[in-house]
Amino acid sequence: MEQGADARARILGRIRRGLRRDALPDSIAAGLLDRLKAHPRNLVPERGRTPRERRIETFVAELEKEYGTVARAASEAEIPCLIAEYLAQRNLPAELRVAPDPLLERLPWSDRPMLRVAFGRAEPTDPVSVTPCFAAVAETGTMLMLSGPDHPTTLNILPDTHIVVLRASRIVGGYEDAFDLIRADRGAAGSTPIGTTFMPRNVMMITGPSRSADIEQTLELGAHGPRQLHVILLEDEVP
Amino acid sequence: MLTTSPAFKQNAARALNDPGLQKALANVKPRFIEKRAKGVATLPEFERFREIGRDLKNHTIAHLDFYLDAYARAVEAQGGHVHWAETAEDARRIVLEICRSVGAKTVTKGKSMISEEIALNEHLEAAGIQPVETDLGEYILQLRKEPPSHIIGPAFHLNREDWIEAFKKSHTKLPADRVFSERRDLMAEAREVLRDRFLAADVGITGANMLIAETGSSVIVTNEGNGDLTQTLPKVHIALASIEKVVPTLEDACVILRMLARSAVGQDFSTYVTFSTGPRRPEDRDGPEQYHVVLLDNGRSNMVGTEFQDMLRCIRCAACMNHCPVYGSVGGHSYGWVYPGPMGSVLTPSLIGVDKAGHLPNASTFCGRCESVCPMKIPLPKMMRHWREREFERHLTPGAARMGLGLWAWFAKRPGVYRLSTRLAMRALGLLGRRRGRFSWLPLAKGWTAGRDMPAPEGETFHARYARLKRQGLV
Repeated sequence: MEQGADARARILGRIRRGLRRDALPDSIAAGLLDRLKAHPRNLVPERGRTPRERRIETFVAELEKEYGTVARAASEAEIPCLIAEYLAQRNLPAELRVAPDPLLERLPWSDRPMLRVAFGRAEPTDPVSVTPCFAAVAETGTMLMLSGPDHPTTLNILPDTHIVVLRASRIVGGYEDAFDLIRADRGAAGSTPIGTTFMPRNVMMITGPSRSADIEQTLELGAHGPRQLHVILLEDEVP
Repeated sequence: MLTTSPAFKQNAARALNDPGLQKALANVKPRFIEKRAKGVATLPEFERFREIGRDLKNHTIAHLDFYLDAYARAVEAQGGHVHWAETAEDARRIVLEICRSVGAKTVTKGKSMISEEIALNEHLEAAGIQPVETDLGEYILQLRKEPPSHIIGPAFHLNREDWIEAFKKSHTKLPADRVFSERRDLMAEAREVLRDRFLAADVGITGANMLIAETGSSVIVTNEGNGDLTQTLPKVHIALASIEKVVPTLEDACVILRMLARSAVGQDFSTYVTFSTGPRRPEDRDGPEQYHVVLLDNGRSNMVGTEFQDMLRCIRCAACMNHCPVYGSVGGHSYGWVYPGPMGSVLTPSLIGVDKAGHLPNASTFCGRCESVCPMKIPLPKMMRHWREREFERHLTPGAARMGLGLWAWFAKRPGVYRLSTRLAMRALGLLGRRRGRFSWLPLAKGWTAGRDMPAPEGETFHARYARLKRQGLV
């Protein structure tokens, strides 16, 4: 890509001419690199700093405001039952494509023989998916889905109904807290300029079911992604 | 995209007399202005965020060479490809080469203003590759073969009847007598029709709301989920991004994300905010095998160091056009190119030339609402004035306007003559208009009086009144 290298040099050259300088001296570049490595926080607003004891209720209230629904599970064993009830109430097909995640794999699915359960990535005909959730943000009722072998991305967007199993202990205050959890959980040495990598291929921050206001600027739910977003909140931590 | 910017005046006149458009424009206040105000109220620190956002973007642009380089190296270190495109033509060629390299027949597309800017669809079609727009608004525009009229609500100018007509005409395999009683019926039909296109596409093309130097990620912000289907299902994902979209870190992205959806439609946070980093990993069960980023310059690097540099802070939220009385009267198509409203009036002359787009910075009342709502605090009116000056310097201003300005300058430089002549003129107009209080016709002012009456002056100039009140000790 000789041509590409030239284009890169010319674009950077024009930027430098505009800024009336050459490439940054090493001392300044090192300072900028340090800032990238340190990733300091900017202002985190009050609503992004919900105290621990109010995070669950704040998250639930924010998610419901954005048309998500929530059911609470006191134990893992209740989850298949809660999913079956949700689907029956809404008259939705009892056919699940479940993320191959350790928690979801060990759930007692056979307690509810009416549920048809398969694991893997979503296929176009799958009506309902069940996924884990890496972390959730109380600030706006937002959930983070991290791609990986145990959580295929297609499960987040292809089926009509997306059911998320969220541990209450994974609810944080602001977006910055969630990003720090990714850094702590997935960080590894890498050859990026900051020397590490931590982002999975795909990180989706999801706040409610899919929607559009493109027709007459009026909000309608169920555009191209899930029409229903239902959260099973596993109370693994009592506030 | 071809431009009709030089014909702004004719476009605007047509728009003012288009009842369908005027009906759609009535949505601006309730759907955009009031909703933004509510959205902003959910973040009491909003004004401080505007200052932080402005400073953050200024810092990034002052070190843009460093951050672009760091971003590109982070993408490449994680298996992605970065393509540097100096011009629209370069970007089109790069995208086509990638599509051809995998034998692509169809390409799905998430909403991307850059794609409109480089006229990508026409280029792909000419090469025998079918692009399919999947954002609901962009989809109907593709069916109707027309450009977007708004940067976040591309089909803003259309009403329900237009949607029904386009769907009946285009989706010929469905029963012709089907009824669309609700908006959701239209959306459900688009969802059905586009599902197959998502699954069949060989390449998915999206835009990017931001690029993160720290992680090498591209970010898309959507509500429909079409962007995520576009970038996840095909074997190749191409992200189109302009060079000013880079921000240093995820924490810096948070500053912009907290303001973007609130400024745009009054939402606290968009439904899907998705970070893409490289191609699928060996252990992944889905995701694209190839991940490409096309970094488009197309005139932006030339804005660095000029009086238009601040425009590079723009995050494309559309608050400026939503609050603009001119946009609210004439709609987006009048502006004649990709970017309408105040941000377009500043950006378009930079990208396609002041000779073609010099009219646009004149389409402003300088009321300043755009600047007051801009989350990046871009001084849009000031930059429109800069363009007017350039237009005048380059003798692109129409002769009558130049003559008028010259005449005014002659008087303004001679205060005695100026005061005397304005005093006489105001007294005459005051006498003439005394009975009706307004004029429906005045010499040389047809442009004004054709649409509205001119209020009659009271007969005294400001200077004279001020001097009189001062004498009387009242000011």
